[in-house]
Amino acid sequence: MLAVVGVSSLEELVRVPDAVAIGAPLAIPAGLPETELARKISGYAKANTAVDFTSFLGAGAYRHYCPPVVMSLAMRGEFLTAYTPYQAEVSQGYLQAIYEWQTYVCLLTGLDIANASVYDGATALAEGAIMAVNATGRRAILVSRAVHPNYRAVLRTYARGLDLDVEELPVAADGTTDFANLEARLADKRFAAVVVQSPNFFGAIDAPEPSVRAAVKATGTVLIGVVAEALSLAALATPASWGAEIAVGEGQSFGNPVAYGGPYVGFIASTKEHMRRIPGRLVGRSLDNRGNPAFTLTLQAREQHIRREKATSNICTNQAHCALVATIYLAAVGASGLRRAAVLNLERTNALAERVCAIDGFSRAFSAPVFNEVAIRVPAALGASRLLEELEKRAILGGVDLGRWYPEFAGCVLMNATEMTTNADIDALCAALADVVGSLGESAALHV
Amino acid sequence: MSEPLIFETGQPGRANTYFPNGRSADEFLPSSMLRDELPLPDNSELGVVRHFTRLSQQTFSIDTGFYPLGSCTMKYNPRINEAMASQPGFKELHPYAPDHLAQGALRVMYELERSLSAIFGMSAFSLNPAAGAHAELTALLIAKAYFAKIGEGATRTTVIVPDTAHGTNPASAAMVGYKVVSLQSDARGRVGLAELKAAIGDDTAVCMMTNPNTLGLFEDQIHEIAEAVHAVGGLMYYDGANANALMGNARPGDMGFDLMHLNLHKTFSIPHGGGGAGHGPVGVAERLVPFLPVPIVTLDDAGTYHLEGERPDAIGTMRSFWSNFAHAVRALTYIYANGGEGLTRVSQLAVLNANYVRAKVKEFLPTPYDETCRHEFVATAADLKRETGVRALDIAKALLDRGYHAPTIYFPLLVPECLMIEPTETESKETLDAFVEALRDVVETARRDPQAIVDAPVNTVVGRIDETRAARQPDLRWVPEAVS
Repeated sequence: MLAVVGVSSLEELVRVPDAVAIGAPLAIPAGLPETELARKISGYAKANTAVDFTSFLGAGAYRHYCPPVVMSLAMRGEFLTAYTPYQAEVSQGYLQAIYEWQTYVCLLTGLDIANASVYDGATALAEGAIMAVNATGRRAILVSRAVHPNYRAVLRTYARGLDLDVEELPVAADGTTDFANLEARLADKRFAAVVVQSPNFFGAIDAPEPSVRAAVKATGTVLIGVVAEALSLAALATPASWGAEIAVGEGQSFGNPVAYGGPYVGFIASTKEHMRRIPGRLVGRSLDNRGNPAFTLTLQAREQHIRREKATSNICTNQAHCALVATIYLAAVGASGLRRAAVLNLERTNALAERVCAIDGFSRAFSAPVFNEVAIRVPAALGASRLLEELEKRAILGGVDLGRWYPEFAGCVLMNATEMTTNADIDALCAALADVVGSLGESAALHV
Repeated sequence: MSEPLIFETGQPGRANTYFPNGRSADEFLPSSMLRDELPLPDNSELGVVRHFTRLSQQTFSIDTGFYPLGSCTMKYNPRINEAMASQPGFKELHPYAPDHLAQGALRVMYELERSLSAIFGMSAFSLNPAAGAHAELTALLIAKAYFAKIGEGATRTTVIVPDTAHGTNPASAAMVGYKVVSLQSDARGRVGLAELKAAIGDDTAVCMMTNPNTLGLFEDQIHEIAEAVHAVGGLMYYDGANANALMGNARPGDMGFDLMHLNLHKTFSIPHGGGGAGHGPVGVAERLVPFLPVPIVTLDDAGTYHLEGERPDAIGTMRSFWSNFAHAVRALTYIYANGGEGLTRVSQLAVLNANYVRAKVKEFLPTPYDETCRHEFVATAADLKRETGVRALDIAKALLDRGYHAPTIYFPLLVPECLMIEPTETESKETLDAFVEALRDVVETARRDPQAIVDAPVNTVVGRIDETRAARQPDLRWVPEAVS
């Protein structure tokens, strides 16, 4: 091959000017045969001992059951090793799967259209906010403080790039968004969007009342509904039904593992009016030159490879394979399975809250109804972080400390229960809590 | 043979019993909070298996054929990567697991970061961004924060982008409020020093380049270009889409780049998955390290890894959680499988394969900028179009009929009727030879019987698709009959 190319060595072929040539061989250890490689990397996996703990961690990443059929299909090499389906004639299968995903997102959110995916829930929110900015020409976003802190952080990062203002709505005493001053804040028509998450970060169902929707609509502001726990869509009123023109969210719960934070799958759905403002890829159904139905990427005039700096977003690679996993999950589980799973989440979380709050010193932090997470106020003498440390010693990950993001809710722990949570898990947690409280009493007594 | 939609095949009562039949939602919530109906289909598991198996069979992939797709680096995706990433210790690890119980995951991230810094000559990388375009946005936000910090935020307003750049470059610049200045390539298909110097000044924030560029040519004046940009106070950005040409041979850090990104789903063998998920780490020179997005992974003197989220100058965070972590496992597995010598060999063979195909293709299709290329090259069908009416698009479709994926076409924009070919290092000589013969057959057929090429593809499940209809009468979802 070197002879055909007309060079005598590989080194000659790749030569670069001296000024930029590498000075030394790469400082990377010698390659490993697969036996040793597997041993090494498996050792890293085994060092993550958290997976052996009984866990009540949620807060935007949820452990759900994924039927084995889902990964067995998704991991087929044809899906796994395909490129973006630009050559539609040889990508009909993947294109159809994305079209089915778009349909699932529409049916679940109640909205008209959905895109092929974005990176995750937080970036979906940022992109949704940009859609609202482009739709209204306004340059500020009003976001509930009960929206996931990481989502708000990402929104602020994107907003700095575009010089947008981000302001917040406070949290009411019951754990939902406080809309008391909303009308006054919207009056000068400065905000492109109001952003509400339901279930919100505290697990509370936070769908705005009709009066709130009316105030938003009357000022020409876009209501963006955030759904960080996609499974809730199987049971709760749709974002469209509570007035969201744009719904954004995280689809990880549909078959994708928590995997230390990614990859997940963000979705964006909207009313028809926003169709040409939606970011990223869209699959459409058309006809081929033989008159047969055929799928293709469409409305590409919105996208970076055509419009360059005038595109609706810079997104190129999205989360196609995670969306495929979610699509297969939804197909396998079906409406019946999805409803059952959602009800089990409600049941387990209510059981968890009831059992924990039966222990002296523990109570619900908020009164609003929840889906699969609940904020628990812990005994003041313990504090949230100490309680979580004590639970860890008993092989339990009890939840996340709300004080990490909300100084006003220090002393509260956010606990999650899903269909994966067993009665034995709840028993173990309650026994551990009683034990921790008991030993606190003893150590306090010792100090007297 | 068209496969019905999943929504058209379901029947009530075909539900699978994955979950116990529990209580009812209205026992827990007032009905005003609940949805009325859930109009999704129930399918049997066998029905689902057949449906998605058939869809997979209508999907071209690396596993089924050769993918000479320029700038996309469609190399083989080793299955050891998948086996490693899907272990319970990684897959079931929650992002809020305490650091001391997630040491293996943090070690993966730390060692990947250190490895990438070594391979590309940067001070540090962030694993936060999810894909290449996301990484470009991250890097430009870093640049913006840096200029704000040194008091030049108001004056540094433009980004220089060569005409060979990927479309994401200008789109990312626009998302940071930068004005895009497009730079025309010179007669050698490269950024000309004189043109560059004329375009830059006090207002230049960043010059975005890829090297080798999208013509597959090494920017041999890169050192001088970087000096010129630095002299006016600007930053140099390296688009790592073409990094597969460089490993062990040259490093963006040594070329004078201050910012860069990588597409781990290209160079580091992560499967593309039909368009993602990707993974787009951002690397920076030392003075930009404080601005990297949070969190970053640190290693203390006691040998413990930490996820560090409190950094005052950080641009913020770019995503819900820390990184596309499962891909970090895949990339690190690939790096440790190859080692330093192996990665060097990867890039050498990628360049050899591209030059081999180029040498053969130029027997029947002109290859503009005719010199040794790097990992990819461009050919043009402009003459063929003039002589026969057959366009690059037609050639692409005729290759599909012959069992090959098409090259990237009509990009870069400066070559008319462009075919951009990147074979990657994992293809055998036999595969390359067979591809060249298929392409030769297409060109020869075009001269003899152009209509046969214009009519292609005919062997695929569908023929050419009416794109105008797709855009003018958008059908973006299935609609239940009762509603339509």
